[in-house]
Amino acid sequence: MSSSLNARIAQVFDEPGCDVNRAKGDKARKTGCTRQLTPGAAAGGCAFDGAKIALQPIVDVAHLVHGPIACEGNSWDNRQSASSGPQTYRTGFTTDIDELDVVYGGEKRLFRAIREIAERVKPPAIFVYQTCVTAMIGDDVEAVCKRASEKFGLPVIPVDAPGFAGPKNLGNKLGAEALLDHVIGTIEPPTATPYDINIIGEYNLSGELWQVKPLLDALGIRIRSCICGDGRYREIAGAHRARANMVVCSKSMINVATRMQQRWGIPYFEGSFYGIGDMSATLREIARLLVERGADAALQDRTEALVACEEQRAWERIRAYRERLAGQRVLLVTGGVKSWSVVSALQEAGLEVVGTSVKKSTDEDKQRILEIMGDDAHMIDDLSPREMYAMLRDARADIMLSGGRSQFVALKARMPWMDINQERHHAFAGYEGMVTLIAEIDRALFNPVWREVRRPAPWEAAAQPDPVAA
Amino acid sequence: MALVTESKKACTVNPLKMSQPLGAAYAFMGLEACMPLMHGSQGCTSFGVVLLVRHFKEAIPLQTTAMNETTTVLGGFDNLEKAILNIRTRARPRVIAVCSTGLTETKGDDVQGHFALVRQRHPEVLDTELVYVSTPDYQGAFQDGWARAVTALVAQIPAPHSPRREQAVNVLPGSHLTPGDLEEIGEIIEAFGLEPTFVPDVSGSLDGHIPDAWLGTTLGGSSLEAMRALGGARHTLAIGEQMRQAAATLQTRCGVPYTLFDRLTGLDATDALVRELMRLSGRPAPARLRRQRSQLVDAMLDGHFHFGHVKIALAAEPDLLWAAGSFLAEMGAELGACVTTTASPLLERMPAGEVVIGDLEDFERLAQAGGCDMLMTHSHGRQAAERLGKPLYRLGIPSFDRIGNAHRCMVGYRGTRRFLDEVGNLLIDRIPRHGPDAWPLPAASLAAAQAPAAADVDARIARRQRPDEELAAASA
Repeated sequence: MSSSLNARIAQVFDEPGCDVNRAKGDKARKTGCTRQLTPGAAAGGCAFDGAKIALQPIVDVAHLVHGPIACEGNSWDNRQSASSGPQTYRTGFTTDIDELDVVYGGEKRLFRAIREIAERVKPPAIFVYQTCVTAMIGDDVEAVCKRASEKFGLPVIPVDAPGFAGPKNLGNKLGAEALLDHVIGTIEPPTATPYDINIIGEYNLSGELWQVKPLLDALGIRIRSCICGDGRYREIAGAHRARANMVVCSKSMINVATRMQQRWGIPYFEGSFYGIGDMSATLREIARLLVERGADAALQDRTEALVACEEQRAWERIRAYRERLAGQRVLLVTGGVKSWSVVSALQEAGLEVVGTSVKKSTDEDKQRILEIMGDDAHMIDDLSPREMYAMLRDARADIMLSGGRSQFVALKARMPWMDINQERHHAFAGYEGMVTLIAEIDRALFNPVWREVRRPAPWEAAAQPDPVAA
Repeated sequence: MALVTESKKACTVNPLKMSQPLGAAYAFMGLEACMPLMHGSQGCTSFGVVLLVRHFKEAIPLQTTAMNETTTVLGGFDNLEKAILNIRTRARPRVIAVCSTGLTETKGDDVQGHFALVRQRHPEVLDTELVYVSTPDYQGAFQDGWARAVTALVAQIPAPHSPRREQAVNVLPGSHLTPGDLEEIGEIIEAFGLEPTFVPDVSGSLDGHIPDAWLGTTLGGSSLEAMRALGGARHTLAIGEQMRQAAATLQTRCGVPYTLFDRLTGLDATDALVRELMRLSGRPAPARLRRQRSQLVDAMLDGHFHFGHVKIALAAEPDLLWAAGSFLAEMGAELGACVTTTASPLLERMPAGEVVIGDLEDFERLAQAGGCDMLMTHSHGRQAAERLGKPLYRLGIPSFDRIGNAHRCMVGYRGTRRFLDEVGNLLIDRIPRHGPDAWPLPAASLAAAQAPAAADVDARIARRQRPDEELAAASA
């Protein structure tokens, strides 16, 4: 790993905005927050994957992966991050290096690849991603990008996050560092109003941003830039003229917010679009920060009025499902904020949350679970697929909500399952999203297919009742 | 027949190709109680898992040695050793099959040497078969990785001398065959009283069945015992040009002769298999197969109206390109664009003017330039299809936006008929529904027709008749 990459990782780990990090001693902080991986028992993406996830939602730029075919060829165009216009971000660009490049170096190929993109696609910028092999053979991506920028007259941004640098989460932060080093603050926007905000760490999966944007529009709040869902290069380059920043959900891109506060004095808060209470809290906090920074004080009153109206509408729609859903038991296998933020909506719909996994949750997350659920009996630390399978098979839960990775655990146990992580196709943000979530649970639970798949085959002895059907 | 060219671009745009290690890992997923292990950074494995999960809608057993920058520099032995020990205790597989990646190949890890050292330091590991195949990312493609993996398996596992089993036949299938294809081939072979052993056998592991218990390894596939006994078979059937080396290796090691079928899609191609099975078994073809053949002939007659002169743009790995392309050509279709991932002796034999080793950008450009009516490639062709406004028939891995991928079948008489029906139906959908503006009059005609009498003139312009209309007109 190059010394500059090491320095950048150290910088990322020096994170004042992270409580976990602040609580550590100097030495512990230096080792960073990444868990050492267990060979033979590791899951999840690498740093490159993380950087790509964080930045790919910038829809109008070309994302060029410098490395062998595996890094882009096996993974491209596989997320639901939506665009309201340009589709350039969905084009898979890679240098697909061969043996000769490994021996002689891939810099020339990279330079030519940038030229081809610059000439044919003409994007407002090109993001170039370093990968393991090209990092190992010593390709100087930063130097090539710098030269290409001068030569072709467009920003060519190096993203130095090779896979072996660490896990996905670190990659999110390294991707964000590239924005801080090369993008944010490089363009002065033509206009700025006291109602401008940035939304950081929102990827607009399945168009979720658009479940929230109408609320902001109604209040006259302008999204100066979203980093990076449905993002545009010029908007993000001018993000430093916003009055307030919101960091969505996880801490994956909190370094953008803290650095923007240091450089331009933009205050930030952490909020969530998931869950009704959280959506309201987020709107209130945005309004408060904007008023503090010069917006008309009436904004807060208008926000309150909107929140009251929208909350009531959402609760009414969710209550409509109560009769059918009452007493149905949900196993929630996700991480971080979602381990608690959707719980109140589930409870309001009459569902019983029999367990929520806290493997990826912080202490703060766990505290929130305690507040909402009353005790910690339902927190499950590290649920192995075998345990999940047993729980479902023994009918201790009626439906599992999780990410795509564990879906087959549920399906093989012939139990309903619904995707609530990033690969899903439904949008669950804001008031609208929570109603969708409940409606989708209802649809999954009452699908007649479950009765069918649990019927014994004609040759199976009727003496063995299916434990699930009981 | 075809001119084979390689795309000269420095930048691959919208890759068609997937990497060698993934092809190798996929091959290892066709072994029973196996844990494939990628020796590389965890991302290499993660992308592979996601891709295969989305294609098969199955849990994919695939582990990683999780190399980081320190272990890469110092050598991957520690990680490999830990991975093997961890996998052995956690998943209890009978086979741990390792493929290398670009990362570890660039470093130059001696995995076979590492294996020897692991066995020496941990004798308990001797109860687990360790297999290794070298598959650098920066070389070849998915089907090359598969071929190398199968070659590595048959070079290591079969006993050189096994008791001879007269009815036993080995089948070495290429990576382009689905679990459904393997089932179909197995049924055809069994219909002659022969006993096939598939290596690898993804129809045992990735066919989407409900297992009795939760397993951490593959859910089925070729067993170790079956692989050790390969030398006792009377013959080997290799399916796909990519399997030539594996079949030859097995012949050298155990003396089993082989026959290679470059495809099993199509009437003639299936006839060749049936003839060979009649020869091997000394039995006539069973009535069921005869019936299926007759059904295929009928379907080809019915379907040919829709295929004739239709231009199809095809992009797939060489063996799949050859199987699908050859049959489409037999049905009367033109291959307006052929794009593939890696070199193969089949490419120049393709019934097309040109075969480009390239990407989906080349595919899109050629499809547009060639005025193709339909695109045929894996799911990543969907963007091109949208932009060109043409139907897309999904062929190959990954087909992440389709269900039932494991059970698709395009081999044998039945499978060929199914393929024909699916493509034919898509082509029927393509028949344009013309609106009122489909045949605009030229300005001169409009100017000439500006008189009020225009309403009395028949405004339809003559169109070339479709073949079926011509038939109707002739018979009238």
